[in-house]
Amino acid sequence: MDATIQILILAIPLFMFLLLGLLGKYLSPKIAGILGTTAMGVVTALAYYTAFNYFFSGDPNFQREIIGEHGETVVEHLQYIVFNPVWLEFYGNLHINIGFMLDSISAMMLVVITTISFMVNLYSNAYMRDHDGVYEKGFQRYYAFLALFSFSMLGLVVATNIFQMYIFWELVGASSYLLIGFYYTSPAAVSASKKAFIVTRFADLGFLIGILVLSYYTGVFSFMDFTSAPVEGLADTYHISLDTASTVLATKFAGSAAPMFMGCSVLTWALVLIFMGGMGKSAMLPLHIWLPDAMEGPTPVSALIHAATMVVAGVYLVARLFPLYLQETTALEIVTVVGAITAFYAAMVACAQVDIKRVLAFSTISQIAFMMVSLGVCRPEYHHGVGYMASMFHLFTHAMFKALLFLGAGALIHAVHSNNYTAMHGLRKYMPVTHWTFLIGCLAIAGIIPFSGFFSKDEILTACGEYSIFVYIWMSAVAALTAFYMFRLYFLIFWWKEHKVHDPHHAPHDQPWPMTVPLIFLALVSCVAGFINFGDFVTYNGEQHTFDLDWTVAGISLTVAVVSIAVAAKMYMKENPLPDKMAAALPRLWDWCYHRFYWDELYMFITHRIIFGLICKPIAWFDRHIIDGTMDAFATVTNKASWSIKGLQSGNVQTYVWIYLIGALLLGTITYICLI
Amino acid sequence: MNLNILCYLIPALIMFCCGVYGFITRKNMIAILISLELMLNAVDINFVVFNRFLFPGSMEGMFFTLFAIAIAAAETALAIAIIVNIFRVAKNIDVREITKMKF
Amino acid sequence: MDSVGSIIMYVIIALSIVIFSVLAVTARKILRAATYLLFTLFATAALYFQLDYPFLGAVQIAVYAGGIVVLFVFAILLTSNPGDNSEKLESKKRVTGLIAAIAMLLAGGYALCTRCCDLIMPQMDSATMKTVGETLMGTGYQQYLLPFEAVSVLLLACIIGGIVIARKR
Repeated sequence: MDATIQILILAIPLFMFLLLGLLGKYLSPKIAGILGTTAMGVVTALAYYTAFNYFFSGDPNFQREIIGEHGETVVEHLQYIVFNPVWLEFYGNLHINIGFMLDSISAMMLVVITTISFMVNLYSNAYMRDHDGVYEKGFQRYYAFLALFSFSMLGLVVATNIFQMYIFWELVGASSYLLIGFYYTSPAAVSASKKAFIVTRFADLGFLIGILVLSYYTGVFSFMDFTSAPVEGLADTYHISLDTASTVLATKFAGSAAPMFMGCSVLTWALVLIFMGGMGKSAMLPLHIWLPDAMEGPTPVSALIHAATMVVAGVYLVARLFPLYLQETTALEIVTVVGAITAFYAAMVACAQVDIKRVLAFSTISQIAFMMVSLGVCRPEYHHGVGYMASMFHLFTHAMFKALLFLGAGALIHAVHSNNYTAMHGLRKYMPVTHWTFLIGCLAIAGIIPFSGFFSKDEILTACGEYSIFVYIWMSAVAALTAFYMFRLYFLIFWWKEHKVHDPHHAPHDQPWPMTVPLIFLALVSCVAGFINFGDFVTYNGEQHTFDLDWTVAGISLTVAVVSIAVAAKMYMKENPLPDKMAAALPRLWDWCYHRFYWDELYMFITHRIIFGLICKPIAWFDRHIIDGTMDAFATVTNKASWSIKGLQSGNVQTYVWIYLIGALLLGTITYICLI
Repeated sequence: MNLNILCYLIPALIMFCCGVYGFITRKNMIAILISLELMLNAVDINFVVFNRFLFPGSMEGMFFTLFAIAIAAAETALAIAIIVNIFRVAKNIDVREITKMKF
Repeated sequence: MDSVGSIIMYVIIALSIVIFSVLAVTARKILRAATYLLFTLFATAALYFQLDYPFLGAVQIAVYAGGIVVLFVFAILLTSNPGDNSEKLESKKRVTGLIAAIAMLLAGGYALCTRCCDLIMPQMDSATMKTVGETLMGTGYQQYLLPFEAVSVLLLACIIGGIVIARKR
């Protein structure tokens, strides 16, 4: 198979990054924007073509028919290595490749990333200018960074081995850092970008250790060697195989000399450490603190990176190594617990935030936690591994409707020049397109039929229900909170009270077409995406399976969502004192939610008081006074000694002669006396 | 009364010590050069005296002195050229004040 | 036994060597110092004559007294204004110089007195010019053509060096 298209998918964004980054200042902003958007459009088309080809062409490299459990014929999606050249060779079979792997989840991610990225590129053409059409400073740089991000994210999802994934993982982190700090003159943006970078780097340390542990015991990096088995007769084609994963476990990690560390098997440690990297990128508790601050970046960036694509990299990572996780259910239970706690926490906090981007950020954390929980509760024996499919499905629908919400929020912010809903109230008449698309986004995330979020969330709740009733109730509560805070946000922005317009010429209005087209497109996707039978595309082992909607679960979650929306409507549709009363009735809870449960303060305490105060300061003192002091002492002594004997080297020949004569005479005298 | 070897060596020694004294104390470069010539001369006398008293048949000492005189002449000529040059630049030939090239 | 005349000659020569040396290094005026140096050199030449080395004495007068001192005088005239007194010596400098000189004198005097006190001048015919010339130009045992040529080259180098250093730029 020809690999040109796949090479282009990676090469075009990289080329655009280099072009706009190096020559951007010679291009006018308009040209740069059109260039970046067009290039991303081309990449999107290529990615659609690739994904379409993968799912529907029937190529034997991409799918095959096998006999299922009950004797029926089942279509199975395969993993296909498009290209995979060796990049670094260590010894034997230990080498790092940079390649392109097509399988069901990477094809799906290609579609998600390129769609959102193209929408954001288009949207930014209008967003990154003011109302008079003047482009922001650094517009070309912005597009260069967007291209860099697209390149890195695409490279991440098509990685053929865990090390390539790590490389691109760091690259998305770097581009996220660059884009959060895009307004580098604002101190808040600078510190937010540093915070994001440091927190995710800290998590990536765990990821790296996990990779090293895993590859130390197995001697390989490739995903195929961990989770897949080769398909007979096809050189570059593999199928997902739990047998391979269990062989890895049995031959490398288990056996009589099973390496144990602190009561857990080494594989568990490796998987938990890898998950730690995912926790950092996907903003799971307790490494979530960077994501709300990352909203300092431009809003389209938040939509692209911090809602739709990069933050789900952690979910993608776990999904990629899922057969290995299935071998060690301890690690999966940790994933479940972390996800469940994070989901609830973020939903609570989102109920009390004022900044609309913060609300959306916490809702993102909560929704990603949904995906994590869904992966964590997935077991092959439960309803054909519905959790895995549900997680990927939710990833897909969430990317669409969350990008929609963020882009809508961007339009609002662009219109009123404030992030706070207190400046918005009652905008529905002024910005009808934004209003309707935002409403669709809210309905989708709240899980109202027939919008996409309903279907994916329902599958997740089904999976939770299969796993444990407790998790099911917990996640249903989170879903109820989700509906509540989203509609709180919606009502506070578009209803509550009439919008006060000071100057009729500058009334908020809908934005130009580059901003509304993405909104409408994503809203349409959110309307119809739920009807896709996702089981045809993505399952935990690649075999197609039709998942039926569980109407009991669906009915319950629908009821819960409707009730929550009703409560939100009661509280926030018209201006009334009810919200204040509720805050006054539960002052402690309100306070904690408003201050995000004081996590930032806790981190400040740990880093400043404990790490800096108790550890770093004594070390710094030791360094400055003992180590530097010793070195300084050498220098000082040498210096002083030199100064004191400097006079001898006067350059005065007469002195030299005198000293020479006296010395010679003394020497002669001594010799003479000794010889006598 | 005979003149023994000491009678010739002691004046040479005194001459040499005068040279040392002058070399150490004088500031003028030409005066230093004069002191140097004194010392050289004292050494020349020593060569000649030892040749005359110890090896009257051969002429090594004499020729050594001859060459020493030639070299002293060359050295003096060069030194004086340098001194004149320094004087042109610094308007001064006091050794203590010619410090421009020291650091 | 030396003749009275030669002893008188010796006394005059030795005294002038000592006195003029001392004066040469203590004279305040640099031109005078050069003049005393000239006298010292003359006295040295006389000493060579007395020691039966007439050729050496002649060279001493011609090169030293006739050449070098003239150079000195020219240099002095070029680098100082007539009538300039050399500055007074610092007493500290003088003390150090005296210490060095006297220490030298004592050590040398002691060594001389204890080692070679009673050597009498042996008989010797003063060398003829023919012998001197042959020794200087010969290449055999105890003949000095090679040093002679080396000195010639040195002098040439010196002439060139002197011109290069002293010429106006």
